[in-house]
Amino acid sequence: MRRTVIACGFALAVFVAAAGALAAEPIRIGAIFSVTGPASFLGEPERNTVKMLEEDINQSGGVLGRPVEIIVYDDETDATKALTAFDRLIKKDKVVAVVGPSISGSTLAIVPKVEEAKIPLVSCSAAKKIVDPVKKWVFKTPQSDELAVRKIYQHAKKAGIRKIAIITASDAYGAAGREELKALAPGFGIAVVADEVFGPKDTDMTAQLTKIKGTDAQAIVCWGTNPGPAVIARNRVQLGIGTPLYMSHGVASPKFIELAGAANAEGILLPAGRLISEPQVPAGQPQKKILAAYIKEYETKFKQPVSTFGGYAYDAIMLVVQAMKNGKSADPAAIRDALERIKGYNATTGEFNFSEKDHNGLTEEAFVMVRITKGDWEMLK
Amino acid sequence: MTAASAFLQYVISGATVGSTYGLAALGFTVIFNTTEIINFAQGEFVMLGGILAVFALQWGGIPLPVAVPLAVLGVTAIGVLVDRLTIRPVRGRSPITLIIITIGVSILLRGGAMLLFGKDTFSLPSFSPGGPIHLGGATLLPQSLWVGVITLLTVLAMKFFFERTLSGKAMLACACDRKAASLMGIHVDSMVTLSFAFSALVGALGGVILAPITLTSYDVGILLGLKGFAACILGGLGNPFGAVVGGVILGILESLGAGLISSGYKDAVAFVILLGLLFLRPQGLLGASSSERV
Repeated sequence: MRRTVIACGFALAVFVAAAGALAAEPIRIGAIFSVTGPASFLGEPERNTVKMLEEDINQSGGVLGRPVEIIVYDDETDATKALTAFDRLIKKDKVVAVVGPSISGSTLAIVPKVEEAKIPLVSCSAAKKIVDPVKKWVFKTPQSDELAVRKIYQHAKKAGIRKIAIITASDAYGAAGREELKALAPGFGIAVVADEVFGPKDTDMTAQLTKIKGTDAQAIVCWGTNPGPAVIARNRVQLGIGTPLYMSHGVASPKFIELAGAANAEGILLPAGRLISEPQVPAGQPQKKILAAYIKEYETKFKQPVSTFGGYAYDAIMLVVQAMKNGKSADPAAIRDALERIKGYNATTGEFNFSEKDHNGLTEEAFVMVRITKGDWEMLK
Repeated sequence: MTAASAFLQYVISGATVGSTYGLAALGFTVIFNTTEIINFAQGEFVMLGGILAVFALQWGGIPLPVAVPLAVLGVTAIGVLVDRLTIRPVRGRSPITLIIITIGVSILLRGGAMLLFGKDTFSLPSFSPGGPIHLGGATLLPQSLWVGVITLLTVLAMKFFFERTLSGKAMLACACDRKAASLMGIHVDSMVTLSFAFSALVGALGGVILAPITLTSYDVGILLGLKGFAACILGGLGNPFGAVVGGVILGILESLGAGLISSGYKDAVAFVILLGLLFLRPQGLLGASSSERV
């Protein structure tokens, strides 16, 4: 009898202690993703990823002894809605940091508000303009387009290519790529001999490719996100164009190979994060462990292949959490300062080395060149 | 590649894409001819044709030769439902009310497709195997031949229907004067339903034959609807032959604009020429002036 009473008392004590931990005010982190709308291919894996991380973090005891609550709003791929969502996050939800938005247009739209609110933002969108010039409160996880262009040009130069044709989408992503492609070419001794554009929703690019076929370009570089580049891969084979085709990291997902068809995608070269070619990453590589763990957990949980874009959100949340641990504080200003001091942090995208002058913290080492071979990614040495 | 073979390639590519616009335009024509309303859900019928075929194939495991007609019939049934559930209950209202209803229907169909099938882009295998066909320095996909032949047969069938059959003439009569038509013993409501069925059928046909070339997703209908409408106006509203000719011309203009002038201004080039043509012939290329039609 006495034993039972003691056992009960003990159980009660444990229960009260646990309730005490749970009752601690949660640390709120905000997230704005394009879960619906044209950029949903970015926002959906991002939302899934942060929800998964929220569970993981809380199961392993939270951060600074407090549970973490990640509040996700969908901006519907609309910059105006991203603004409203940000307002709600800082005024109503009182978050200490914000991750996202998914697209560059929305990120650039909220930057002035971020600076005014003095809340750290870790964006999941790519444009270089987000962190160049450096803004005090704004960071980002995806590699800048510039790094991808450098990776492509390094590869092309080694292959003896001196003249290229570029074909870019007429949306923000394609236009940013086009600018970088043209600006960086002279530095690598490469001449851009044709400069073609396509609409993101266009269904036939044979006209542009026919024009490129008539030039003396030794390679074609295409910049866009699905489905445009898939159409270009198909049209290129249809027209019998044999010159090598480079794509941007915007198509680094299995969906691209599926849409283009394995036969049409054969031999296409692109810079990509290590996430999609994880099985070929050597065991000693510092990112290997985190990549394998993320892929396994995501794919078991959501029954769909992992994408590079979910990785951007993964890194954003983990960086914020790391900054809170390093600075031992969940205060927005302390998180910002600790973020800026993060060095040698390996995440899914690459090794982050933030500094006062660099709020992206990545180099072209965050990319590897891959070739599409028999419907799969083949990492090039 | 010579300038001549490049030119031929532009025309072939333009004509293939233009056939899509033409088939979307044909659907506009059928409903306009019966009801004098512009059905803005036409692009969604095209989208549904492609996407239902993809899903019958992938989810249902139904072979392609069965999946394609099944998808077309499925969309035809949806067309009938659209009329019975949204147009018929408010019949007799002004065309502008009905047009706005069709805009609502298009948003509903698009949203429904997004929820059911997701936001991804899908591809459908070609109807016949084989690589591109070489033709005077230009290349042509076997699927483009399917598109050309099916478009031609459809427009001939429509022309025959409206000019030679009693039902076709009855449908035209409904648009001219609803009351007079019903006094002549024409069951106007059935004719409207029939016209929605036909236009859904034609749109779905376009969606299915093009999906192997252009890929498909839940939101392809917006652009196709817009271009189809432009093609319709260019060819002359109400004339099935004009609709398809208008579509093909629009497609070729875009392709030539991209190839010869600048791919950045592809749509602008096409639409400037379109505006110019309409300035000279407001009734469209093959449209008869309205006084002749009565």
